Amino acid sequence: MTLAEAPKVRADAAPAETVLSVDGLTVSVATETGLRPLVQDISFALKRGETLAIAGESGSGKSITSLAVMGLLPANVRATTGAVRLAGTDLLRLPEARMRAIRGDRVAMIFQEPMTSLNPVMTVGAQLVEAIQAHEPLTRREAQARALGALKSVRLSEPERRLRQFPHELSGGMRQRVMIAMAIALRPDVLIADEPTTALDVTVQREVLDLLRDLRREMGTAIILITHDMGVVAEMADRVIVMKDGRVVEEGPAIRIFDAPREAYTQTLLAAVPRMGERPAEEPPPPRPSVCVLRDLTVHFDVGRGLLGRATHRVHAVEGVSLEVRQGETFALVGESGCGKSTIAKTIAGLVPFAGEIEIAGRKLHSQADITRAVRRDAQIVFQDPAAALDPRMRVGDLVAEPLVIHGIGTPPERHATVEALFERVGLSRAQIGRYPHEFSGGQRQRICIARALVLRPKLIVADESVSALDVSVQARVLQLLKELRDELGVSFLFISHDMAVVDAFADRVAVMFLGQIMEMGTRAQVFGNPHHSYTRRLIEAVPIPDPGHVRPSRERLASEVPSPVRRRDDPPRRLLLRDVGGGHLVAEAGPG
Amino acid sequence: MSDAALPEPRRRSALGRLARRPLALLGLAIISVTVVSAIAAPWIAPFGRDEQLFEGLTLEGAPMPPGGPFLLGTDLLGRDLLTRILYGARTSLVIGVVANGLALLIGTLVGVTAGYFRGWLGSLLMRFTDLMMAFPALLLAICLAAIFTPSLWIVALVIALVNWVQVARVLYTETTSLAERDFIAAERAIGAGHGRILWLHILPHLVPTIIVWGTLGISTTVLLEATLSFLGIGVQPPEPSWGNIIFENQTYFQAAPWLVFFPGMAILLMALAFNLVGDALRDVLDPTQRGRG
Repeated sequence: MTLAEAPKVRADAAPAETVLSVDGLTVSVATETGLRPLVQDISFALKRGETLAIAGESGSGKSITSLAVMGLLPANVRATTGAVRLAGTDLLRLPEARMRAIRGDRVAMIFQEPMTSLNPVMTVGAQLVEAIQAHEPLTRREAQARALGALKSVRLSEPERRLRQFPHELSGGMRQRVMIAMAIALRPDVLIADEPTTALDVTVQREVLDLLRDLRREMGTAIILITHDMGVVAEMADRVIVMKDGRVVEEGPAIRIFDAPREAYTQTLLAAVPRMGERPAEEPPPPRPSVCVLRDLTVHFDVGRGLLGRATHRVHAVEGVSLEVRQGETFALVGESGCGKSTIAKTIAGLVPFAGEIEIAGRKLHSQADITRAVRRDAQIVFQDPAAALDPRMRVGDLVAEPLVIHGIGTPPERHATVEALFERVGLSRAQIGRYPHEFSGGQRQRICIARALVLRPKLIVADESVSALDVSVQARVLQLLKELRDELGVSFLFISHDMAVVDAFADRVAVMFLGQIMEMGTRAQVFGNPHHSYTRRLIEAVPIPDPGHVRPSRERLASEVPSPVRRRDDPPRRLLLRDVGGGHLVAEAGPG
Repeated sequence: MSDAALPEPRRRSALGRLARRPLALLGLAIISVTVVSAIAAPWIAPFGRDEQLFEGLTLEGAPMPPGGPFLLGTDLLGRDLLTRILYGARTSLVIGVVANGLALLIGTLVGVTAGYFRGWLGSLLMRFTDLMMAFPALLLAICLAAIFTPSLWIVALVIALVNWVQVARVLYTETTSLAERDFIAAERAIGAGHGRILWLHILPHLVPTIIVWGTLGISTTVLLEATLSFLGIGVQPPEPSWGNIIFENQTYFQAAPWLVFFPGMAILLMALAFNLVGDALRDVLDPTQRGRG
């Protein structure tokens, strides 16, 4: 039995029926100085079969709103006024025992990170059965049948085998499908999805979004989708609520919000969203000398312990990559998680052993030991998470000056002057030099990391997902800063990202990676305008388009295992040959993908 | 993540912040009193250190309870207990601070080196640590004490050689996880050498753990010294230490409880004082905790 035939389904019921309504909800956190509101006066109504998107940047209160509906607020946070009505019952007034019965059964939730939401020591089947039996008086056999049906309805390949597997045996996308299966197994009236695809790769995101849309159609479940990604909003939502600083800025049908946003904040938010194909084609710059050349770069890690402690398997993180970054250009490496793009960044930074050749500013390097201080002066790296990349116990001024100290450049007053000038250049004030990293916001911290990378005046900056963790409006400003720096200082960027729209807006040349090898490489116009490789096309098609009018052909695909870069030691992968299809546009032969 | 500025917190110097914590001040006061009385013992003690007083024993030869000229009573040989405790503070402070400090130093050196460099050096150091852990500490201390002639400083050294093991284990684990953090990779990427990374970017993060182990270690080392004294290989009588006062008299605990109670209180107060100061220091030295009290 599939869920579509289940008796509780009423997809054809009256469309105007309201399942959940929130009236004047205010949520406050208890602080030493009294109650401080996190979310103020939120009201909305959710109809059966409708998808409502709550969009906003970090700190807008969108997650707090969903937690309040679920009754899962942290201990020092509570709903002070308002009501959350599910079919007439005010959930805020229910005792915890009654709320527990409703949670999961009538209102279910999917979280952002599927790995941490599943219990690692229980099989998928056991967790599903436990969740089902907690709410319905079914026998074990009946609950197992229901669990299998749920796995089938989320289109997992080999559902019988999945029941016996543990979470770590599944890929990220499959785990998120298990979470969705767990949420819909009890056929809830309302499904709250809090950033359900943010941790997933773009092709997997595509599949999960398709799945959610199908489930809504088949089962009539109302969905509250919480996301910062306006592309996802446009693809999924019937209605949109835009939140900022705990208040509703604008509410309306998705088409109206995207086509004619009324509020200034919504307009700037939409303007900051990077879009594929928006940037006009440019004249290719004249050939300039190269700053960084990789020749047949190969990075392997041995894993697994066999008899006698010998490694049995090998991770082929980077497998014979050759590319060239020219002076003053931005070369982008795109690909999904595990494709080896970050390993290349770490290799250039001298953090991993490698084989092959790296040439930086004319110096040819053949092993990790060749990456000396002098080389590092020319090639700097900016990491993804600025909060993790700055030592929390040092003042930011000292952190930015540290490369100068290490390389023995300048006297203390000279260094101080350099740091002050750089602070102003990256958009921070001199007065902030004496502060600690935790006193800054995410965007400001990334500016500090950029200043730190710039202080040695390098020829190449490797930006490893450097804008991925930032809100879109902040992301747009940081990208603008990087562009200015590139043009003013002539510094080259090796820009590593999974976000195709950002790459399209920022890069001059692009290489697409998959399983440690380059699938396609050329100018931005060549790769994105005229993709030859099937993998490149799949990546581009998967990018959510921030336009609700855009119609996407629906395809049904089973989620199965993705090929892995971990192979037996005696079984190396096949090296793919790159073929020039004209004008330096290189495409790999049909490969492992 | 947003780009907006966060409000500027108020700042004070580390000492200023420490002075605002009443519990830390209490701890500092207790430590100061102990140090002063240890130094000034010859002048403030009511009697001589080893003076066996005729009036210190009852007619039956039992020790005197607290009161009268003997504020804290007398011991089995008729010596004034207050005097013994004041002099004993010298021994116990040396043991608590020197032995414990030395143990922390060795433990930090071994644990951090092994945790940061890993490889064969790390394996060698940690296997040695495991071996030391498996070996009964007391037996080891007895062996060491038998080789050297017992004196206060030798006892401190022996205790340090026994007590560094746990510190090394804990710091090893913490260092391995710290070394994997992004900011350490960032330091390596800008060309920072091992010394710089260890001193400026690893050690400051270990300070809270070192402080906790340091303060916990005070009471264990003082008691270990007492055990050694009891076995006759610690501080040699008639020189008093808080530990050997307890051990000399513990069999008479029911008849003369003050002989165990007062030195026991002294050990407890000193351990508590170091704990209070250590706790406060840990918070004060952590920049992310500033502006929270």
